[in-house]
Amino acid sequence: MTMYGWQGKILRVNLTKSEVSVEDLDMQRAKDYIGGIGLGTVYLYDEIDPAVDPLSPQNKLIFATGPLTGTGAPCANRYMLVTKSPLTGAIANASAAGEFAMQIKYAGFDMIIVEGKAKKPVYLWIDDDNVEIRDAQSLWGLNSQQTRDAVVAATSPRAKVASIGPAGEKLVRFACVMNDDDRAAGRSGVGTVMGSKNLKAIAVKGSKGVKVADRKAFYQAAESAFDTLNSDEVTWFHGVGTPGVLGLVQSFGALPTRNFQEGVYEDWQKIDGDALASTISVRKFMGTACPACPVACGRVTRVTDPEFAGVGGGPEYETIGMFGSNCGVSDFNAISKANFICNEMGMDTISAGGTIACAMEMSERGYIPAEDIGFPLRFGDAKAIVKLTEMMANREGFGDVLAEGSYRLAEKYGHPECFMGVKKQDFASYDGRALQGMGLGYATQPRGACHIRGEVQDLDLYGVCVWKLTSDRGITQVDPLRCDDKPLLGKEVQDWFCMIDACGMCNFAFFLHVDEDQTRELIEAATGIDMGGYEGFMRTGERIFNLETLFNRRAGLTGADDTLPKRMLEEPMPDGPAKGHVVKLSEMLPEYYKLRGWDKKGNLTPERAQELGLADRLPASLKQA
Amino acid sequence: MTKMINVDIEKCTGCGCCELWCSFKHKGEFNPSKSRIHKTIFLEQEVSIPVLCRQCEDAWCARICPSGAISKGINALTGATVVTVNKDRCVGCRMCALACPYGCITVMDEGYAEKCDLCDGVPQCVKFCAAGALTFADSDEGILDRKAKVAATLLTAYQEAE
Repeated sequence: MTMYGWQGKILRVNLTKSEVSVEDLDMQRAKDYIGGIGLGTVYLYDEIDPAVDPLSPQNKLIFATGPLTGTGAPCANRYMLVTKSPLTGAIANASAAGEFAMQIKYAGFDMIIVEGKAKKPVYLWIDDDNVEIRDAQSLWGLNSQQTRDAVVAATSPRAKVASIGPAGEKLVRFACVMNDDDRAAGRSGVGTVMGSKNLKAIAVKGSKGVKVADRKAFYQAAESAFDTLNSDEVTWFHGVGTPGVLGLVQSFGALPTRNFQEGVYEDWQKIDGDALASTISVRKFMGTACPACPVACGRVTRVTDPEFAGVGGGPEYETIGMFGSNCGVSDFNAISKANFICNEMGMDTISAGGTIACAMEMSERGYIPAEDIGFPLRFGDAKAIVKLTEMMANREGFGDVLAEGSYRLAEKYGHPECFMGVKKQDFASYDGRALQGMGLGYATQPRGACHIRGEVQDLDLYGVCVWKLTSDRGITQVDPLRCDDKPLLGKEVQDWFCMIDACGMCNFAFFLHVDEDQTRELIEAATGIDMGGYEGFMRTGERIFNLETLFNRRAGLTGADDTLPKRMLEEPMPDGPAKGHVVKLSEMLPEYYKLRGWDKKGNLTPERAQELGLADRLPASLKQA
Repeated sequence: MTKMINVDIEKCTGCGCCELWCSFKHKGEFNPSKSRIHKTIFLEQEVSIPVLCRQCEDAWCARICPSGAISKGINALTGATVVTVNKDRCVGCRMCALACPYGCITVMDEGYAEKCDLCDGVPQCVKFCAAGALTFADSDEGILDRKAKVAATLLTAYQEAE
C-alpha cells in the first residue's frame, strides 16, 4: 500500500536482546495522534508503566517524526524525542530539526522506538532497510561533534547522526541529544535516558522519498505558507536570530536577571541580537537554516579570545538569557563558550544556566559554603559560568551536585525556594510576573517549566494577533499583564502547539504568522486524512495534551504540581515595566481547569475524556467522576 | 541575452528547499537523493554551496553521448539555453555522468540519464529559494552582479592598503 505523509513503518530496537524489528504503524493511532509529540506519547503511554524508573531499561526512548517531516513544507523538518524524564519524573519531550529527522523518513520509518539497555556502549546504523547495532566502545567519551565525525567516517558521508555527549554518558539529569551540526533536542533529560541505555548515537541514511496524498493541494498549501513567511519580520529574524528577541523581552521587564530576582538587566545591549550579529557571528546579520526553512534563524559563532575560544552553532536567546542576564554576565565570549561546551558535552543550556544561576544566588546568600563549590561564587562571574559548565558536564567536584539540576541543588542545601522552575525543570528566559500567560503556561505544561510548547508568551510579547484562535474571538491585542483572557488563550495555544509538534513543524512558523488552517491544510494534503476542520484539528491537539497529563497522573504527579515558586507568586517584581506584579496564578488556574474539562484537582473528567476519545486510556483512578 | 539560474553563494542558507522541490516536481515525491540540484554545507565557514547544471554552451555530456540523446536547445517559454536528454535515444551508458565536471547529470533507476531541464521555464528550485540565492535571470545580469561584488572586495582591500 502506498503511504502518504507517513511511511507506515516503525523501527523497534531492543538493546537488551540486541534485536531490531520493523512493524507497521498503527493507522488508527496515526490518525488520532498524527505524529511527533502525539504519536510518540501514545506509543509510550500504551507501552510503559509511567511509574517506572526513567533510567531503568523499562523506560523507552522514542524518536518520532511527523507527516510533514521530510517534505518541502516550510519549517517542518523536526523530530520529537519522547520518554519519561529523569529530571522531572514526568513525560519528557524535546525536539530538534535537521537532516537527521528527514533521513529517518527517507529510510522508511515514522518512528524509532528504543527499548532495554545494551550491555556495552553501542550505536545504531540505519541504511534504508539495513539496520545494525554496532559496538561504540571507542566512541564513549567523545563529544557530540567528535562522535558525529567518527560515526560518519565509519558509515557514510551522507549519514546524519544524533548522539549524546559525555554529559549523557555521565547521566547529567538534563543531558540532551545533539544532531546534525549542533542542533539540540534539549530539555528534560532525553539524552540522559539515551545514556542510561548505553546508546551513544544513531546514524541514518535513506533513499526513499516522502509522498503526499494530494500533490496539487500540498503545493498550494506550501505556497501559501511560504508566502506568509515572506515578510519583513522574517528578514529581521534571519538577520539577528532568536537573540533578537532579547531587547523585546527586556522592554516588557521579563528578562530573567540574577536568578529571577529582577526582570530588567542593565547590560542587556551587550548581549542582544545586534551585539551578537555584529561581533561573534561568523556571518554578519545573516543566518543559516534548518532543512526547508525560509526563516533561517540559526547562526554559527566564532570566539577568538583564547580564554573562551571556539566555534559552533548558537547561542540562542534562551541560552543567552540563562547564562547571561540570569547569571548577571554580559561577556558574550563567555556566554558563547558556555554554549559551545553544552553543545559539545550534550547538555541543555537552559537547565545548565538556570542551575548555575541558582547556585550563584545560594552562594551569595550564604546557603552554600564556598568550600563546597571550591571558590567564592557570585553573580557576574564570567569565568565561573564556563568553569561550572565544564565541571557539571563531567560531574567533577561541585559539578556532581550541579549535574542533578537546580531543584535538587536547592533541596540539598535546604532552600527549595531558590529553585526557579516547575515540576523540577528550570524556567526558560521569561519571567512570568511580567508575562502572565507565560506564568500560567509554565505552571501547566506537562513536561514542566517550558517556553516552547504553548508559547503564550508570544501573544504577550508581540501583542499582534493574526491567528484563528484570537481573530475568531475578535481579539486583536493582548496585554501581557492582564489575566482574565489568559486561561482561554493559554489552553488554545497549548492545544495548537501539540499539533505543530505533532506534524513536525517549528514554533517559529507560528509566531511568524502561519495560522491553524495553513498547518491543517498541509497535514491533510500530505496524509489524505480529513481532520474535521478547525474544530477537529484543535480537538486532536487537546487529545495529545491531555494524554501527556494522564501519563503524568499515572507517574504520580497531581494538580498540586501545577504551581510556581514562591518568588513568582508572592514576591512582587522589584523593578522595570512589570514592577509590583506577581503571577496571579490563583486567578487563572481554576478557570483554566474548567476550560480544560478538568475537576478542581486538575484531573480530566470522564465526560471530557469521552469527548476527546480518551475514555479507553483514562486511568482507573480517574474513572469515577 | 539568455536566461540562466544564477547562484549567489553569500545568500544561501543551506535550507535545501531547492533539492526538495526539485524532486517533488520531477519525481513526485520529496527526496533530495533524487534531486538534480544539491547543496553542501560547510559548517565552520557557515557557507552552503548549491551545485546545479550550468547548461553549458558546449556541453561535455552532449559531446560524449554515443547515442546522440543529449542536445542543446532553447526553452520556448524563456529563451533560455537548455541542454536536454531524449529519453528514447538514451541507452543508459553513463558516459555523460563521467564527463560532466559538475556531477549534474546521472542515470536514474529508470535506466536513462536525467538532468536539470529548467522545469520548462519555471525552475522550482528558484521559486522556493526564500533566501534569494538562486535567481533565474539574464546571464549577463548575474555576471554584472558578480563583478560589482568583486569590486566591493577590491574596495575593502584598497582601503586597507591605504
